[in-house]
Formats: sequence, C-alpha cells, structure tokens
Amino acid sequence: MNKKAIPFLSTMIGSMLALVGGNSHAAYELNLKTPATEIASQIYDLHMLIVWVCLAIFVVVFAVMFYSLYKHRKSVGHQAAQFHEHHTLEIIWTIIPALILIVMAVPATKTIFAMKDTSAADMSVKVTGYQWKWEYDYLDKNVKFISNLATTQDQIDNKAEKSENYLLEVDNPMVVPVGKKVRVILTASDVIHAWWVPEFGVKQDAIPGFIKEVWFKADKEGTYRGQCAELCGKAHGYMPIVVEVVSEEKYNGWLVAKAEEAAAGAAGADKEWTKDELLAKGKTVYEKNCAVCHQATGAGLPPAFPAITGSKIALGAIYGADGKYLPDSHIDRLLNGKGVMPAWKALLNDVEIASVITYTRQALGNAATVDPVVQPAQIKAAR
Amino acid sequence: MSTTSAAHHDDHGHDSHGHPTGIMRWVKSTNHKDIGTMYLWFSFTMFMFAGAMAMGIRAELFQPGLQFVKPETFNQLTTLHGLIMIFGAIMPAFVGFANWQVPLMIGAPDMAFPRLNNMSFWLLIPAAILLVASIFVPGGAVAGGWTMYPPLSIQAGMSMDMSIFALHILGVSSIVGSINIITTIFNMRAPGMTLMKMPMFVWTWLITAYLLIAAMPVLAGALTMLITDRHFGTTFFNAAGGGDPVLFQHVFWFFGHPEVYIMILPAFGILSTIIPTFARKPLFGYASMVYATAAIAVLSFVVWAHHMFTTGMPVAGQLFFMYSTMLISVPTGVKVFNWLATMWRGSMTFETPMLFSIAVVFLFTIGGLTGLVCAVLPVDIQLQDTYYVVAHFHYVLFSGAAMSIMGGVYYWLPKWTGHMYDETLGKWHFWTTTIAFNVTFFPMHFTGLAGMPRRIPDYSQQFAEFNMISSIGAFALGISQLLFLYVVIKCIRGGAKATNQVWEGAQGLEWTVASPAPFHTFETPPQVK
Repeated sequence: MNKKAIPFLSTMIGSMLALVGGNSHAAYELNLKTPATEIASQIYDLHMLIVWVCLAIFVVVFAVMFYSLYKHRKSVGHQAAQFHEHHTLEIIWTIIPALILIVMAVPATKTIFAMKDTSAADMSVKVTGYQWKWEYDYLDKNVKFISNLATTQDQIDNKAEKSENYLLEVDNPMVVPVGKKVRVILTASDVIHAWWVPEFGVKQDAIPGFIKEVWFKADKEGTYRGQCAELCGKAHGYMPIVVEVVSEEKYNGWLVAKAEEAAAGAAGADKEWTKDELLAKGKTVYEKNCAVCHQATGAGLPPAFPAITGSKIALGAIYGADGKYLPDSHIDRLLNGKGVMPAWKALLNDVEIASVITYTRQALGNAATVDPVVQPAQIKAAR
Repeated sequence: MSTTSAAHHDDHGHDSHGHPTGIMRWVKSTNHKDIGTMYLWFSFTMFMFAGAMAMGIRAELFQPGLQFVKPETFNQLTTLHGLIMIFGAIMPAFVGFANWQVPLMIGAPDMAFPRLNNMSFWLLIPAAILLVASIFVPGGAVAGGWTMYPPLSIQAGMSMDMSIFALHILGVSSIVGSINIITTIFNMRAPGMTLMKMPMFVWTWLITAYLLIAAMPVLAGALTMLITDRHFGTTFFNAAGGGDPVLFQHVFWFFGHPEVYIMILPAFGILSTIIPTFARKPLFGYASMVYATAAIAVLSFVVWAHHMFTTGMPVAGQLFFMYSTMLISVPTGVKVFNWLATMWRGSMTFETPMLFSIAVVFLFTIGGLTGLVCAVLPVDIQLQDTYYVVAHFHYVLFSGAAMSIMGGVYYWLPKWTGHMYDETLGKWHFWTTTIAFNVTFFPMHFTGLAGMPRRIPDYSQQFAEFNMISSIGAFALGISQLLFLYVVIKCIRGGAKATNQVWEGAQGLEWTVASPAPFHTFETPPQVK
C-alpha cells in the first residue's frame, strides 16, 4: 500500500498547495527521492513502515486527547474524577511501545549489515573532499579529476536566469557503469565534508586523515544529484555531487576519453608557453579554483583568506641562489599548500599551476619583476 | 514589580535588613525572586536577539539565489542563532523558573547559597557580551555551526576563541547554579515534604541539575582541547599529529545529548504542574513520572553517537546507539500517556497556560516521533544534516522547551506581579505562535525528505515553494513574540488583582503566599502533611 499511497497523497497535497502558491515549477516534494539502488529501496520501505506506525500511534493517542478535551470540560459541567494511579495501565503503556520498537529494529538491523558490506566490489573510486569541490580518483584506471560547481555566479546573484539543475550541476561528473558494485573510498584534505547521493541511500562523512568506505550498485542508468552534507565553510552549499550511471560500453569509452584528456594536459608541460598563453589559461584556472577564497579581484577575505593583490608571495622571488625554489615562495605555496591553502600539486597539472602562478603575478593588480613568468616545465621539475 | 513587592515587604517585619533599592538592588541581589526575574529578562532579551538572526536566515532563504547576506554571513547567523538560543535563551529561562519557583514550592526562604546565586547570574553578562561582540571582530562571528566541529573550527578567526571563553563562563555559571539548586532541594524542604511529595517541577529540576553537573565539564574539556589545538600546537583533533577530528564529536555529543534533556526536562516539569491545575485533577502516575524522568536522564548519557551515524562507526557501535536511542522513546512515551491520563475525566478549562501545555504535548509528540524516525539508522543516513533534522529539533526545542516556558510565564505571572495578565491577548499570542510555528517548521519535514541539506544559504529550485512558506511563517512567528512582550509588560504595570490562589485548581505551597509573592517568604517553614 505504501508505495502507491504516498505519490497519491503527495499529488493531492501538492496540487492543493500549488493552487495556493500558483508557481509555475511547483515541486512540493513530500517524500524521499525514488530509490535507484537496493539499499535506498530498503531505506525507503523502512521509512514508510516507521511513518505509518508513528502515524497510527499519533492518531490513536491524540484521538483520546481530543475526545477528553471535548467531553471533560468544566464548561459542559464535567466533574473532575480524582484517580491518579493505575499500575496495570502504566505497565501496558510501557510494554506496548517496547514491542513496537522491536518490530522496527529488526529490518533496520538487517539493512545496516547490508550497508556496511563493502566486500566483492567491482571497482573502487577514491573520493576526496576539498573546500569546496570533490576529487574523483579511479583506482587502477589512471583517471583522476576535480569536480566543480558548474552554476555561474550570475545565476547565484540573480543576474541570470537560473538553470534547471541550479546548484546541482558540475563540470566533471562521476561516471560509473550500471549494475556494478562501486566501492567509494572517502577522505578529505581540509575539513570534514559528507558525500551524499539521496537516490543511492549513501551518505558518509569524508574525514581528513581517515579513510571511510561505502558502496552502491545503481540499478538504472541516469543522472543522480546530491550535495555535501556536512558544514564545511562558506561555500558548503556550492559543492554538489553528480553521478552519471551509464552502460558498460559508454563507461569504457568515457575512461579512454578521460585518459586522453590527461595525456594532452601532460604533453603541454613540455612545450614553451608564451606569457599571453599563460595569462589566458591562468585566468580560467584562477576563476575556477582560486576566486572562491581569494575573490575574483584578488582582494581575498582577510583574515581567513589573504589578498593576492600586493601579496609578498605573489611578488617575491621564487628561486634561490642554488636554483631550487625557496620555502614559502609562490611555487612552494601552490604545490604544497599551508594551513587552509590546499596542496595543489595533487589537484592541478603542470600547465595549470604554471599558468595560474604567472596570472597571479602579472594580473589582479600585480606586476612581479622577479621571476615574472613561470613555465610548466619548471613546475614539472619542481614536483 | 519592585513597588508591589516592597509594599508587601512590611508585612513580614524585616525592615532591619534594610530594603535594597535602585540599581544596587539588582546588582547585589541575593534574593531568589529578584535573581529569577533577572534570569527571565536576560533570557527574553537573548531570545529576541537570536530570533532576529532567525529572521535574517529566513529572509535569505525566502527565494533561491543570494539576496541579503553573503554565504559566510549566513553561516554566522545560523551558528550564533543556535548558540544564543540554547545557552542564552532556553537554559537561563529554566534557571529563572528554578530560582523563582523551587524555594516557593518546597517552602524554603531562599536558595541555599544566595551569593553564589548572584554570581551565577552575573556570569551570564560577560558571556553574552563575548558572544555578541564576536560579530564585530575581524572575520566576523563563529560560522562553523553551534557544534563547532574541527577542523573547520580550527580555521576560524578570533571569534572562535571568544565563543569558547563565553561557553566556559556559561559552564561555570550552570555548574554553580546546579550545585545551588541541588543543595536547596536536599536541605531546605519544609518539614514533612519527603522527596516523593515534592512537586514534579522540583523533581525535574533536581535531575536536570545533576545532568548539568555531569555534562558541562565534558563540554569544557572539548572546548579546552579545541583551544589548545588552535593556539598551542596540540593535535587532539588533527590526524596529521595522531589525533582524530571525530574524537571532538564524541566528546561534544557526550555533553550535547544530555544537554538536549537539560533543555526539556524542566519543560516536562512545567507541563506536569500546569496540566493538573487546569484539569482540576492530581497528576496521574506521579511515581512513574519521577522514574521516567530519571530513566531519560540515565539513558541520555548512552545515546550520544546517534548524532554521528554518518561518521562511519563500526557496525557494533551503530547498532548499540540505534537501540539505545529507540529505547529512550519508552520513558518519553510514558510521560505523554501520563499527561493524557491526567486530563482524562478532569474538569478542564483552557486558559492560556493550559493552551500552551496542550499544544506542547501535541507538538512535542510530533518531535518525539520524528526523533524515532531519525533513530532508525538507515533512515537517518538519508535525513542526517537535512532540513528534516531542523524540523525535528525545532519541534522539540521550540514547541517543547520554548512554548513550555511561555506557558509557565503565563501560569506564574500573576504570582510574580500580583496582576492577572490580559487573557484575550494571551490567547492571541498562543494562537499566532502555534499556527506560525507550524507554518514555519512543518514544511521542513518535506524539504528534508526531498533532500535539502541544512546550513546552506541557497538551494535548488525544487525547494522554493516550501521555503517561501517557511519564511512567511517565521516572520509571523517573530512578530508574535512582540505581543508576548507587550502582554508581560502590561501585566507588570497593572491589571486585575490576583488572588493568592490565582487558579482554581492550583495546588502547592507557592499558592499559599500572597500575590505578588512578598520579598521574603517562608521565613518560618510551613508544615507539609
């Protein structure tokens, strides 16, 4: 009854509300998302079971209360009885709820064991949370990429029409084959994040310095969207998760394309880039990765996120007399990070790092005279 | 209030003490009634302040997109709203009730340690100043949520240190206050009042005071580790130095879950006082109420990790915390059933305090049942950190704790001021509050189920309709509380003269003294049969 009754109920209430609201994209979702995995289905059913039990308890208990409120009023002349104890009654209403709890606990326990079983996975993906993006690393496949929010700042600032998947769209989605058990190995680089895809029934905290495992096996092809579910700083609301479940064939094609993309990126490191090429590339890298903290203007948000404009690091020398990069120099800070600043060597390729260093030294109000331009080859050597 | 209590003071022939007047009456007060009054006004001030922050939150969430505040400011609003409501509004309000009512209910002349009592109130002021002033320091107020999880709270600016000091001070205040309350209850009861004859409100506060003494030092420990991690190079919560970020969560929630019951047990006490009065019938199952309260208190220390189901505990841990959490609904259920049995075959009237109490029983039960939904771990995996949880804890904290406080204020206001409040306006306040509360928070169950995370300043468009409804409700809820302020001030300034008994069905020692309660009461202990 549950699965049929709820959409019906939600349509009823939804259409009533739509009449009130009169909104064109009235969505009034009332329940959990339609499950896409076996575990999510079990959770859905478990939730319905508990909701119906709770609703039944609620109706019975408050029917009694409202009957009493109606009948046992002074205004209708009801005289107060003076009883104040009844041991049998007390025992009954202690035991019955305890029995109901057991009815709920049994299926819940079974689901917990199933959720925890990450054995015999077909593939593993290491997912790392960063402030504020996700990194996906396909172990043994040599595919590794960053997934950023794709919604534009103009949409967020109400200067442009909001897209259909506003705040739930990324540049690089995670892609997995349908019907395969995917083990997700989770960690974080800075603060705690949580990786959550409602349709999969998976939510797991990503904890810096620790590895946690979850799994899912999507039954249907499609695009599934989730969000970070643990407060992780100012852009917590802006690091969505998108998983595309595709056929085995399409998945293999995607793997090949990703590998080629990475190879092209690596090849760029060997050629000499002009300053203008580096500045153009650096601008896109900066806006995608750096502007969220250091701001599009380079003014930063002190004290948490220092300004780049006029920064000692962005204007100071990179190389020492021995030809090696200095500690706390621009290259050191980009590659290895410090404090809140992530170590970008794990996240960006040589071209991206070289171009963004050049960009931040020559743009955003800066004009460095020492080491004005950094080539990808220098980054490759510095790694 | 000052003039009326002074007028009655002479009846008791205590002029030799010299009646304190002016500002020093309050600054140096050792009188449980004056200190209780100060606690209640402090609480109301903080309630309005943190409520104003909630208005900011709901204004930003009125529509998708960013309209009023930046994301970092939004996080500051949610964090301070939580911290101030919990530590500045709800907890001090209950201490205010304890100060006023515990000595009156047990027939004691004052609290056991009157000077300590003064100190525990005045400690609140520097704490509140630290919390509020942190908005204006570089980087703004704390923005990592009231739970202050590291490593995010390690990144924060100096406002984090100010908040930590504020909470340390509040912890000292709570512990000192609790020792005072426990000593008063154990040593200063009127002759003949055995423990099992104490009013239920006194029982719930006795148990709450023990919870405070056990839980607040744990919070202090967590906060101290946090501050040494921030400034002195320790690595309790940093994996790179051999620590564990999740350790903080364990320690925090070992405090945090008892804290939840610290904020609800006194509310249960208020309900157990008001409902028998207006049902004109003794409280049903007094003994089982006492045992249920004690059971809830003990269980509250073994359920903490249900706040951390998504951290990835081992199966054994997950099962233990799921079962223990489900179990806590049994004694809570017993309480609800006892209140219903108290109403059953009574002779009920529906003055404002009773309306609030009935609404609390009804709405708190909704919060309790959604709590049961969240207790079931696989379901909680979908609900953790979503708006469902926001709905759940506002049903237990606003319609559980805050509305009990409102009911309690209306119930005892005639005893405190000597005047009846305006019943019509009181009922208006009740209905606007109750309706606006439900309009605000009921839709959050749906947005949470549909997948809206909490603590986000902006959301995808599927949640737009319900958020708009929630925001409209929130503004109405905020405005309704101005009416509350008006009714209370009006009652202090005048109104129909209250009798000693005030309510037809009221039972207990506090109703044997004059209204308003004289400055000194029970200098000769009453005899309890």
